[in-house]
Amino acid sequence: MSLSLLPFTRAAGAALLLAACARSATVVSTPSLQRDARVGLKAGLYNAGEAISNLELMATTKSPPGFEGVTNSDLAFSGKYAIQGNYNGFNVWDMSNPRRPTLVKSYLCPASQSDVSVYKNLLFVSAEGLGGRLDCGTQGVRDTVSSERIRGLRIFDATDIANPKYIGNVQTCRGSHTHTVVEDPKDKDNVYIYISGSSGVRSPRELPGCVNANPDNDPNSSLFRIEVIQVPLARPQDARMVNSARIFEGLTAPERHADIMTAEDSARMAARARTQPARAPRPAPMRGGGPTQCHDITVYPSIGLAGGACGGYGLLLDISDVKNPIRIDAAADSNFAFWHSATFSNDGSKILFTDEWGGGSAPRCRATDKPEWGANAIFSIVNRKLKFHSYYKIPAPQTNVENCVAHNGSLIPIPGRDIMVQGWYQGGISIFDWSNPDKPVEIAYHDRGPVSDSTLISGGSWSVYWYNGTIVSSEIARGLDMFDMKPSQFVTQNEIDAAKTVRYTEFNAQGQPKISWPPSFALARAYVDQLERNKCLSALRIVAVRSALANAERANPSSRQGTLNQLSSELSGEAAGSCDANRMRLLSNAIKDLSTVS
Amino acid sequence: MPFHLRFRLLAPAVLFAATACATARPAVIGIPALKHTEADVHFMTGMIHHHAQAVLIAGWAPSHGASAELQRLCERIVVGQTDEIDLMQNWLRSKGAPVPAATAGPMKMTMAGGMQHDVMMPGMLNDDEVKTLDAARGPEFDRLFLLGMIKHHEGAITMVEELLGAPGAAQDETVFRFSSDVVADQTTEIRVMKQMLAARGHAVPQ
Repeated sequence: MSLSLLPFTRAAGAALLLAACARSATVVSTPSLQRDARVGLKAGLYNAGEAISNLELMATTKSPPGFEGVTNSDLAFSGKYAIQGNYNGFNVWDMSNPRRPTLVKSYLCPASQSDVSVYKNLLFVSAEGLGGRLDCGTQGVRDTVSSERIRGLRIFDATDIANPKYIGNVQTCRGSHTHTVVEDPKDKDNVYIYISGSSGVRSPRELPGCVNANPDNDPNSSLFRIEVIQVPLARPQDARMVNSARIFEGLTAPERHADIMTAEDSARMAARARTQPARAPRPAPMRGGGPTQCHDITVYPSIGLAGGACGGYGLLLDISDVKNPIRIDAAADSNFAFWHSATFSNDGSKILFTDEWGGGSAPRCRATDKPEWGANAIFSIVNRKLKFHSYYKIPAPQTNVENCVAHNGSLIPIPGRDIMVQGWYQGGISIFDWSNPDKPVEIAYHDRGPVSDSTLISGGSWSVYWYNGTIVSSEIARGLDMFDMKPSQFVTQNEIDAAKTVRYTEFNAQGQPKISWPPSFALARAYVDQLERNKCLSALRIVAVRSALANAERANPSSRQGTLNQLSSELSGEAAGSCDANRMRLLSNAIKDLSTVS
Repeated sequence: MPFHLRFRLLAPAVLFAATACATARPAVIGIPALKHTEADVHFMTGMIHHHAQAVLIAGWAPSHGASAELQRLCERIVVGQTDEIDLMQNWLRSKGAPVPAATAGPMKMTMAGGMQHDVMMPGMLNDDEVKTLDAARGPEFDRLFLLGMIKHHEGAITMVEELLGAPGAAQDETVFRFSSDVVADQTTEIRVMKQMLAARGHAVPQ
C-alpha cells in the first residue's frame, strides 16, 4: 500500500499534534517543498483568489438568472452542447467556442439533484428531493403523500435542444439520486437506465408497491436493489421499470482493507478526545439492519462490466445481460465511509472508486484530515476480482470553510496512460496520472479560495469532465468553467493533441466509452514522447524516429506510405528488446495506421 | 414509532438574515422558494445533541483501550459528526433559529404555553449506560460501545423517519441532503458494527 502525495503541511500538522500528545511515536516527515499555491487563497464568490497549474482557465460563465445562487450539479454532453444540471432545472450551453460558451436554453423545472444524461435525442433528469413536482412548479410539495410529487426520472425530447419537450417520467420508490444510461448491444429498440437512490422509501399510498422493510421480512422490499428502466426509443414516454436487480443478495462481508491503527492515529484521537458530562436519556427501542443501496453506477459496456459504489461496498458487476446485472465481486475498506462513484481505466484492468465522505457538505480536506479518507481508492481487476493498490487525495490542504471531498471526474484520453480529471468541490479540480496504481501522481490543478471566509457555503467543482478537447467543470456556486490542458513536465503537447483527436457525438461520464484513437501524427509522437520519458527507446533512436515522422508529414501522401511502413516494421522488430515492448508495438501500429489513411 | 410530543417553537418561523457574511449572495442549495418548517428546526436541533453524545463516547476509544479497528471507526465518527454539528448549527443560524451548544444531553423544548421540557433524542444512552461504558476497558469497551452505538445510530435513523413523516419537512435541500446522508452513512456503519460484534463472538442485536 502506498499513500500518494503527502504534502508537507499535513505532515507538519501531524507532527505538531504528536509533539503535544505522544512520547515515543516517530514521524516520517516528507521534505518541505515550496508552499502549495493552493494554500491561503482569498475568499470570494466571484473574486476569490485562484491557483492554477498546467491548465488555462478559458472561461467562467455565471449561471443565468433564476439559476444563479442555486446549486449547479452534473453535466452531460451532446454534439456541441453541454447540459448542466441545476437544482432548479437545467441549462444548455453551446460550447463550440469554449472561450465563450453561450446559453441556449434555461429550463426551469426544480428537483434535486437534477443529474443529467443524454441519449441521442433524449435527455434524462434525476429527481430525488421531496420538493420536485410533476408540473415543474417551484412551490414544492407540502404533503407527505401527494400525487403531485416526482421522485424518479424525468424524460425530455431534446430533438430541438433549444426547446426540450417534457414527455414523461418514471416514478421510483426512493427517487433517483443519480442514474446511468446503458446501451444494450443486443437490443436496438430500447435504451436502459440504472437508477441509484439512497434516500427514504416513499409511502405505498404515494407510489403503490413501495415497501420500506428489510428484504428478509418482505421479498418485495424497495431496499437492497437497483432499478432497471427500459426506455422504448420509438415511444420514450412509455418508459417503465423492467427489473429490480438484487445485486446485494447473498453478499457476505468481504475482508475490509486497512483495519490498522498507527500510533499517530491514536495520538490524534487522544488529542481530539473531549469529555463532557452526559445527561439521562429516554431509552429507545432496538431495530434491525437498514437499507443498502448504490449511490452511483458506472457502466463500461464494451467490456461488459460496471462498477457500483454501493453503501459500504465497491461492487464489480457483470452487465453482459444489461437487464440483469450480476455482482461478481465486492470490496470493503475501513477507510471508506460511503462508496460514491467509479471510473475504469480504458483497458478495463483497473477501477478507481471515490469516497464522498460527508456527502460533499463537509470540509474533508483540512490538514488534519487523513489523506486516505474522503479520497479515491485504486484497485486492479485480476481474474474479475478487485485488488487494492493505493489511495489518491488532492495534496493541498483546504480550509474548514470549504466543502471538499473526492467527487466526479472522467478519463482524459491521453493514449497509453491512465489520466483522470476530477472535481473535489471547493478543493478545486485535480488532474492525476494513475497508470501505476501504486503511485498516482498529480499533474495539474485549479483551485479557488472559499466562497466565504467565515461560513462554510457550498461551492466548488461538482463534476469536471473532458469532452472533445475541453475540460468542463460544473461549479456549484459560480457557474461553468472551461479549461484547456497545458503541456508540462508531466504531459507533452503531442499527448494533449492526441487526446484532442478523440471525438464523441455525446458523452455521459457514468457510461464509459471504449476510447480509440484515430490515426494521427500526434498519436505516434505521443508514444515517442512516452518512450523518451520512460527511457525505453534510446535517445539516438528517438531523434531518428521523430525526424522520419517529420519528413513523412511533409511529404505528399502517396510517397509517405513507404517511409511509414518501413519505420513501423523496424519499430515492431525492436519492440522485444525494449523495456516497454507494449508501447513500442502501440507506436508501430500507430505509424502503420497512418500509412493506410494518408 | 411516532413522535409523541407535538411541539411548537415560540420563535416565529421567520427568516432572519444570516450572520454577517463577507461575500455577496452566497449560493443557496435547492429551491429558494421552499421554506423550512418547524419539523426541520426540531430535527436539526435535536440531532446536534444526538451527535454530541456520539462524539463524546467515540472520543473515549484511545483512552479506553479500544481495538485498533474500533479506534479507526471512532475517529471517523468523531471527525464526521463534529463537522455535521457545525453544519446543523450553521443552518439553524442562517434560519434565525436558536442555536444550541453541542452538549451530549437532552434537547430543551419549549411547549405551547412556554413550558420548558428536557427531551432525550431516540437511541441516546442514558446516564447509567454512559457511566458503564466509561468504566469499561479493552474488549469490554469494544462490546459495550458497539452495542450502544448501534442503538444510537438506529435512533438517528428513527429521527430521520420522524422528520420525513412531518408535512412539508425536508423540502429544504440542506435538510434533505443531510438527513439522507445520515441514513446512508449510519446504515453503513451499523452493518460494519454488527460485523465487528459478530467477529468478536458476541450476539448481534436484530
